[in-house]
Amino acid sequence: MQLPDAEQLIARLAADMRPHVTPNTALVGIHTGGVWLAHRLHALLGLSQPLGSVDVSFYRDDYGAKGLHPTPQKSEIPFDVEGAHIVIVDDVLYTGRTTRAALNELFDYGRPARVDLAVLIDRGGRELPIAARFCALTLPEALPAGQNLQLERDDSGALTLRLIHA
Amino acid sequence: MRNPQLNQHGELQHLLTLDGLPRSIITQILDTAAPFTEVAEREVKKLPLLRGKSVFNLFFENSTRTRTTFEIAAKRLSADVINLNVSTSSTKKGETLLDTVDNLCAMQADMFVVRHESSGAPHLIAQHLQNTGRDHIHVVNAGDGRHAHPTQGLLDMYTIRHYKKEFHNLTVAIVGDVLHSRVARSQIAALTTLGVPEVRVIAPKTLVPTDVEKMGVRYCPTMHEGLKDVDVVMMLRLQNERMNGALLPSPQEFFKVWGLTADKLALAKPDAIVMHPGPMNRGVEIDSAVADGNQAVILPQVTFGIAVRMAVMSMLGSH
Repeated sequence: MQLPDAEQLIARLAADMRPHVTPNTALVGIHTGGVWLAHRLHALLGLSQPLGSVDVSFYRDDYGAKGLHPTPQKSEIPFDVEGAHIVIVDDVLYTGRTTRAALNELFDYGRPARVDLAVLIDRGGRELPIAARFCALTLPEALPAGQNLQLERDDSGALTLRLIHA
Repeated sequence: MRNPQLNQHGELQHLLTLDGLPRSIITQILDTAAPFTEVAEREVKKLPLLRGKSVFNLFFENSTRTRTTFEIAAKRLSADVINLNVSTSSTKKGETLLDTVDNLCAMQADMFVVRHESSGAPHLIAQHLQNTGRDHIHVVNAGDGRHAHPTQGLLDMYTIRHYKKEFHNLTVAIVGDVLHSRVARSQIAALTTLGVPEVRVIAPKTLVPTDVEKMGVRYCPTMHEGLKDVDVVMMLRLQNERMNGALLPSPQEFFKVWGLTADKLALAKPDAIVMHPGPMNRGVEIDSAVADGNQAVILPQVTFGIAVRMAVMSMLGSH
């Protein structure tokens, strides 16, 4: 499969979001790819709220089966969640379980007025009733379960998509 | 023989002692603790990791700080916590330790946090659980006799790493009653495992084990020699209640020679930190001016202790 250019998708995603955000819209990236993406969107959209990030390791529903992620990162929500308009940002939307975990974590900080989801790619394969409001590309056919699509960042900060066959 | 603290996949099964625990596991616990420190700043100070699990605090010896921080840690992980006041329980009626454990297992215990005045009691429980095929139940040693107090050692390492970033360039002094101290044994094991090049023990000869240098530390008979240019001063509590016979003339005498005062602390590096596992005996092992001074990190130790205990319990509870 020919992978799309991540930089082009980021520009498209920002264009999709622009009419629907205000300077007070807050972005929350999901570690790790979602945080890189949120950084880019934050700059492109000229948002004034500081960027948030969450590591959903402590909220995953497969903790009992897979154990704790070996190197969890600190979650940082540097704005008041109460009453905020928040966009959760992730690189790839797949089963929806990560989004579910991020939502749960967010609500432990307060009650937002509205939460949207922005992703670069929807790869199909949903297992929960979750949809992205902003999505730069929906794959026409769902990727097989054994394949892992993820965002990578090189030393210059350029983002690319990579497909890993497990 | 396999390390009794690890399962067949090399994961932490019980936390009994830091002696012999691989450096990678100690580092993993410290790394896992870091993001837990942030939970205290949230509106809802709870994570769902141990939801539906039952943690039994089995304290056969008194403790306020350790029991409370274990309880807070378990509750922040959403576990149900049952505190057993053992002094008023069946043990007084003659029930054996392992019978108590079996009864609590019958109540679907998932984890035991054990403090006992006898060295080896948590190990005995862990062995009993393994022999009876109950691998899903975990034991955390919250202090046993003079043997070990691993979560205290870990929170001390977390505190040192927080303020000093690295271990490989440090000189650390442990001051006080090393002979009776399970805290000191855990600290020494962790410091040497993490690669601290110089660990000094400062104490009167009557309060150090005879073979202390075999533990990889340097014995210093005076504060003047031991505190010179150290990065970290770890004070120990003078264990009055463990003192049998006349090991010391008087607390006042001890303070004069071994108590940490501002002028003795001046021998250490200017940015040295002062630690104490609590409870402090002000005017015995530490002067109030130092305990409340700007080099003391004694209260941050307590806060970090919650995150470190959350890390240990979440790593154990995941399998």
